[in-house]
Amino acid sequence: MPLDALDREYMCSGHVGCPGCGAAVAMRFLLKALGGKTIMIIPACCWSIIAGAYPQSTLRIPVLHTAFETGGAVASGVRAAQDIKGDTETTVVTWAGDGGTFDIGFQALSGAVERNENFIYVCYDNEAYMNTGAQRSSSTPYGAWTTTTPGQHWKRLRKKNIVEALGAHRIPYAATASIAFPEDLMNKAKKAKSMTGSRFLHIFSSCPTGWGMPSEMSIKIARMAVQTNIFPLYELEDGVRYSINYTPKGYLVNEYFRLQGRFKHLTEEDLAHIQGMVDEDWRLLLRKAGVSPEMI
Amino acid sequence: MQQVLEGSHAVAEAVRLARAQVISAYPITPQTHIVERLSEYCADGTLNAKFLRVESEHSALAALIGAATSGVRTFTATSSQGLALMHELLHWASGARLPIVMAEVNRALAPGWNIWTDQTDSLAQRDTGWIQLYCEDGQEVLDTTIQAFRLAEWVNLPVMVILDAFFLSHTYEPVDVPDQRSVDRFLPPYQPRFQLDLDNPCAFNQLATPDVYMEMRRNVQTAMEDALAFLEQMEAEFETLFGRRHGAVEAIHCEDADIILLTSGTVTSTSRLVINKLREMGEKVGLLKIKLFRPFPLSPIRELTATAAKVAVIDRNFSFGASGIFAQEIRAALCNLPGHPPVFGYIAGLGGRDITPSVIEDIYWSTKNSPAPELESLWVGLHEVDYAIGRS
Repeated sequence: MPLDALDREYMCSGHVGCPGCGAAVAMRFLLKALGGKTIMIIPACCWSIIAGAYPQSTLRIPVLHTAFETGGAVASGVRAAQDIKGDTETTVVTWAGDGGTFDIGFQALSGAVERNENFIYVCYDNEAYMNTGAQRSSSTPYGAWTTTTPGQHWKRLRKKNIVEALGAHRIPYAATASIAFPEDLMNKAKKAKSMTGSRFLHIFSSCPTGWGMPSEMSIKIARMAVQTNIFPLYELEDGVRYSINYTPKGYLVNEYFRLQGRFKHLTEEDLAHIQGMVDEDWRLLLRKAGVSPEMI
Repeated sequence: MQQVLEGSHAVAEAVRLARAQVISAYPITPQTHIVERLSEYCADGTLNAKFLRVESEHSALAALIGAATSGVRTFTATSSQGLALMHELLHWASGARLPIVMAEVNRALAPGWNIWTDQTDSLAQRDTGWIQLYCEDGQEVLDTTIQAFRLAEWVNLPVMVILDAFFLSHTYEPVDVPDQRSVDRFLPPYQPRFQLDLDNPCAFNQLATPDVYMEMRRNVQTAMEDALAFLEQMEAEFETLFGRRHGAVEAIHCEDADIILLTSGTVTSTSRLVINKLREMGEKVGLLKIKLFRPFPLSPIRELTATAAKVAVIDRNFSFGASGIFAQEIRAALCNLPGHPPVFGYIAGLGGRDITPSVIEDIYWSTKNSPAPELESLWVGLHEVDYAIGRS
């Protein structure tokens, strides 16, 4: 972790996020690690609101708000302009939600990283379209209620594996991170900053409002997502070299699901099925990382 | 220096001379020759610019929004489906007050697939806050593209330089290509009024409440009005340096004309021949070419048509459920003037169908022989077809 990270503050108090907003925590830690020589692009997402209305801004860095699906492309243009002006040092960062990353912005993101544009793309993932009132995205996990997967139509499809999709572009660096593991998050942000080419950070950012849980549960739930292997912490370099950064405690998924209103309809049978999927994904990750289950 | 250039290459030469710094584009016929030439210039070092080979037109414009907000000179080119895909970001570019310049090659929209000329693609974007300039020939394309950067940067609005598919984009003509030093005098390096700046960190395009949004929109309109005034001043400067002036509109024999033909794009060149012939036959006909469509040059159009008995508008475009789009604008421009001439609206040449001299002559005689327009739009040269849907 950068030694002076805790003293540096690029996010002012007075933002307009919901109580317990994981995305606000994620932004604060990210900027502590990246520092002030950063230009940020924010496509439509919760942070379009959290950052504040004209003429105020909660961030102490230049921010360019842009259309929903343009995170990868606008950053490409900002980078090109900085380069032609002779500034190759400033870090260009796109900060997008899961909708802007997994869904509507995926084409522009794929295009940008295929070109290996020199920027960092950060997805803060709250697993649905939370800014518009908790509608389903392709990041919404199996089993979740959202306002567009209500009642018996709860989502029966897996969450898209975005890190694998980015890894398939053979980008230099992709990593997962969590607001419950700030040191790991800041180390990864700093590592990403030290590299060139397209870098991707996927930050698990809990959403008390959309997930149906008390705001003080935000960090705890994020930690449990890692401890249960629902959201493993790992890095993927050049699309082939995996490093697993957290050794799980062998927790079962049940408690994580039982603490959130969005999963309250699930039966024991559903949860057993979900446990099976989580175990399968974990074994797959271990295999890619070249780690045998006994070594964990 | 005189060169024989394709219309597309006239655009590329102008962009080279304007020293664009970031270019971003996606291929679409018939625009491709423009960006192919520019990629060559970037590759061989003729032009010191970053060329972004993006994965869609939407991203082409998005990238330029990022680059222009960073304070550099930007250019893209597109056509038809590509422009339609950009629609959302056309609004964004003008609302963000970014001086992006685009070459737009007028091509018909699908279905059916049609790569030939038709103005509906660009005219459908009339409410997006872009300045629109419709060109007639290769020289005008080159001059207008250079001027577009100056105009855009002066008023902080994006500018679309528009040329007909094939009739202009792929037609070779002698074009005077000015030297770099003169162009540098006319168009100095871009001095942005605002940009992403680490020393003065600002948020751009953020949440705007009802309390501030309306004034932001009004400011765009004020800039449009400024563009109208600045265009004249800029053209005077251009004329001093290069000896050419095109005008927001051009009037030919309008002062004593009973009937004024109103055109835009390459149809104007054909119409010039036709009215000369008709004049020789003793017909009192005039021609009014409209180059500037946004902002719409209301005053000169009102003045130049004031003494005519009839106005005939040739539209190579159509707004379904209404009429030809230039005709709509002319009607709106004249409607509050007492005793204004009736406006005849002719639809011709959609999807690249030829508008020959005889088509234009027929339009003239039809206008002369009718006391008033019988229909809102008169479709010229329609074939009998048996594929109308919903009509037995």
